[in-house]
Formats: sequence, C-alpha cells, structure tokens
Amino acid sequence: MAVKRDDDFFWEGIDQGKLLVQCCSGCGKLRHPPRPMCPHCQSLSSESVEMSGRGTVYSWLISKHPTQPDVEPRTVVLLDTEEGTRLVGNMLAGETVKVGDRVQFAVGEFRGMRLPMFTTKGA
Amino acid sequence: MNLNGNTAIAGIGQTEFSKESGRSELQLAAEASIAAIRDAGLTPADIDGTMTFFEDTNDELQLANTLGIQNIRWMARSKGGGGSACATIQLAASAVASGAANAVLVYRAFNERSGRRFGQPPAASGPVQRDLHLAMGLDTPAKIYSLWYKRYMETYGLTNEDLGHYVVTAREYAATNPAAWYYEKPITLADHQESRWICEPILRRLDCCQESDGGCALIVTTRERARDLAQPLVPILGAAQSQLWNGDIMFDYYRDDPGEFPEAADVARQLWQVTGLSPSDIDVAMLYENFSPIVFMMLEAHGFVPRGEARDFVKSGQLRIDGQLPTNTNGGLLGEGYIHGYNNMTEAVRQMRGMAANQVKDAETVFVSSGRSAMILGRG
Repeated sequence: MAVKRDDDFFWEGIDQGKLLVQCCSGCGKLRHPPRPMCPHCQSLSSESVEMSGRGTVYSWLISKHPTQPDVEPRTVVLLDTEEGTRLVGNMLAGETVKVGDRVQFAVGEFRGMRLPMFTTKGA
Repeated sequence: MNLNGNTAIAGIGQTEFSKESGRSELQLAAEASIAAIRDAGLTPADIDGTMTFFEDTNDELQLANTLGIQNIRWMARSKGGGGSACATIQLAASAVASGAANAVLVYRAFNERSGRRFGQPPAASGPVQRDLHLAMGLDTPAKIYSLWYKRYMETYGLTNEDLGHYVVTAREYAATNPAAWYYEKPITLADHQESRWICEPILRRLDCCQESDGGCALIVTTRERARDLAQPLVPILGAAQSQLWNGDIMFDYYRDDPGEFPEAADVARQLWQVTGLSPSDIDVAMLYENFSPIVFMMLEAHGFVPRGEARDFVKSGQLRIDGQLPTNTNGGLLGEGYIHGYNNMTEAVRQMRGMAANQVKDAETVFVSSGRSAMILGRG
C-alpha cells in the first residue's frame, strides 16, 4: 500500500477547488499544517473540513526570484481563516495586499501548479 | 543549564572570511581547528571530543585524521541550523562538565559563497512537488523569514529604514575590524535605502547577511584546565536552548504571535535564572543576525529593552561602542562574514579576553545569542 502523505487531502481539495483543513475527530479542534496526531487529545483520527474561504491577511511579502528577474513577482500571504486556522497562500496574479485586508479563497495556477490562492475582490 | 562557570572556552581559531576560498571545506575546518588548538596551547592529541552542526559537510573522523587527533571519546552534532550555534557550545560544555570529554573541538567550516549558497532557491529542475511553503514561493531564507519579520514590523510599526540604523552600525564596526569582509567600507543610511529589494517590503540587500567561505573553531574544556592554558580564562557562565510547542525553525507562522519570538525569551529567562545576572549586567551582546530585523526582535525578547522599543534603542546609537549595549562588535554576520554564527562566538571570546578589534572597555560579560540557543561568557 502506498504511503499517504499527511497533506494529501489538502491538495486533493485544492484540485477540486476546495480549501480543506484537518479537524480532529476526537476533540473537534482544527489543525494546520496537517499532522498525523492531534496535539491536544492525541487522537489519530481526523477528517477534513471545508473552510468558507473567507480570511484576513496576517502577513505578506512580494516573492521575486533574486537572480531571475524575468519571473513575475507574486504576493505570498499568511492569513487567518474565519474558522480560526492560519495558512500560507498566494494572491491571484497582480494582486497586492496589506495586513488586515479581507480576502476570499480562489484556486489559481502558478507555473502549471494549482495552488491555494486568494483575492480581495468580493471578499 | 547551570554551568557555574566550571567550563570555559580555552581556544579560538578562524580562517580568513572570503567569497572564494579556493580550497576544500575540510581544509578550512582543519585550518580553523589547528588555529584554535594552538591558541589554547594544546596539541591535536589533547582533543578528545568533537562537535559541529548537523549540516556541516566535514566528517568528524576525516577531520580528526587530518588534524592528528588520536582518541575521540565523545562526538555529537546539534540540529537546527544557525539557531543552534550556542547549542553546540552548550552540548560541548555538558560533555566536559559530565566528564565524558575533557577538551572538545567545536567547528564549522564551509564554502558557502563559492560552493552551495544558502541564499539561492533550490535549482528548478522539473516540476516542483507541491508543499505548504516552498511551492507558494517561500524558497529562500530571506523570504521564509520575512513572512515572520513582517509580523513583528507590523505590530511595532517598523519600516525598512528603521532596520537601516542597525545595518549602518554593524558596518561601522566592520569598517574598523581588519578580519571583516567589509573592512574600511562603512555605509550611510542612504546607501542602505538605495540597495535593491531582496524581499519587498521587508529586506533590502544590505539587510541580508553575507554568504561567506571560511571556518571557525573553539575549544571547550574545564575551567580548571583552561586556567593552566595559554589564554586568559573565559568561563561559560550559562548556556541554554529552547524549542517550544508549535514553533518551527524556519516556517514559524502557526503560533498565536510569531513576532514575539518566544524561544528567544525562554533562553534568556533560563540564563538570567541560572547566572543570577540581569540584562543591565551585560556589557556586550553578540546576536545572530542572518537578517537585520532579528536583532530588534532579539533585543526585546531577551529583555534588553521593553517590547516595541528596540527601534528607538537602535536608532539612538545604543548598539554602538559607546552605547548602552555594544552589539555585534565584529560587524556581525552582515559586516564581518557569515560562518553560521560561529564568528560571533569567537568575537565574544575576544571581547572577554580584551583583544577584540573593537574592544569594549572593561567588558566583563557577553551575552551571545543565536535565538533558539544562547550563552553568557565571563572573565576569569
């Protein structure tokens, strides 16, 4: 049996256009990044829960390759979901933010990879 | 841990710090090591323990066979990158205090500019496997740490220009330290502000530590033995590590307030407790700065200034040689060179011996920090 990575469900969700976060089946607490055990009740069982997609920017930066100036810059955000977890994502191409901005989940692609992306439009 | 000053750093050695050493990492390690052994007044046959970073490419036995070390009784490595610089001394001191070893060689050497550069992202060969950080663009230390620094800067209202005051100070020290890469090359705040963005809006080029080729080594032994050796006694008064729940050495984003740097607060708390000293007793500070914002965060987390006051403390010149807390007197990792924090530890020893290029007058204590590990050195 192939070993499943702890964050496989997260990427399967992204591929289906959903923002999924791990939720402990024992105590109901959300946790991210995904881990095999709940650090609060030590339960090994968990499920994934779909987030509303609404969040607030907690930190951000412009990622620009230091030695390949031809690569388009992208905005990396650290954000708090309204359900109370924190995660890293990107803004949709060309969007900039400041701390405290409200954002909405939107799947986008970067170099052919589907990634969790966010937008300030309609948030 | 409480070392009661019963262990000491008896020898220090280093190579030149360059951008292209032209020789193997093993040779750099051997050159720095023999310099430290001889500085202590020892020979390789006196060394019975080795300690380095998990990441060091120099195999202990290769180095021992190169140097002529005859009999290793204790060998270990510490995990955690530059943050464990002081942990390597703590572990060596623990071995010496327990009697597991008597004279431990602590070394770090690399060609970090002409070889594998820490500042470069992993080579983009084929599609990147998606993960929670690297795939999002967090592929260099500058970016990885900036997401953390930005929180601190946001909370206390620091701008990139505020960081520049530290960089100017570090480069002042480097300018009068012949061992520094930036010897005789001071900068102005305008130079800092004109340097290009590495990670907008947090770090400019001059906020980043160097990438350097070189090596450093230190010899840890008992206080009793060190007293009879070649150099003035530099006892280790205390050394501490801290790793707290839900923290991360690189992607430290998921705790309530990452910008507070609780591990740095914890190592300081441990050290004040075991040494009986307080921040006002410290004469010199050596703070591991891979990037300039961390100096501000450490000054506050360690308790040298209240939260939010590092900006004004730095701006008003308190880190200068005539300030309240002369800091990174060799020019630090930005100004002197980046030997993964080890060159800040050798400078701390020089300050205690009274022989630093930028010597702090009558210095009797030095607080050395690599964030998640730290130590206080004194004078015999």
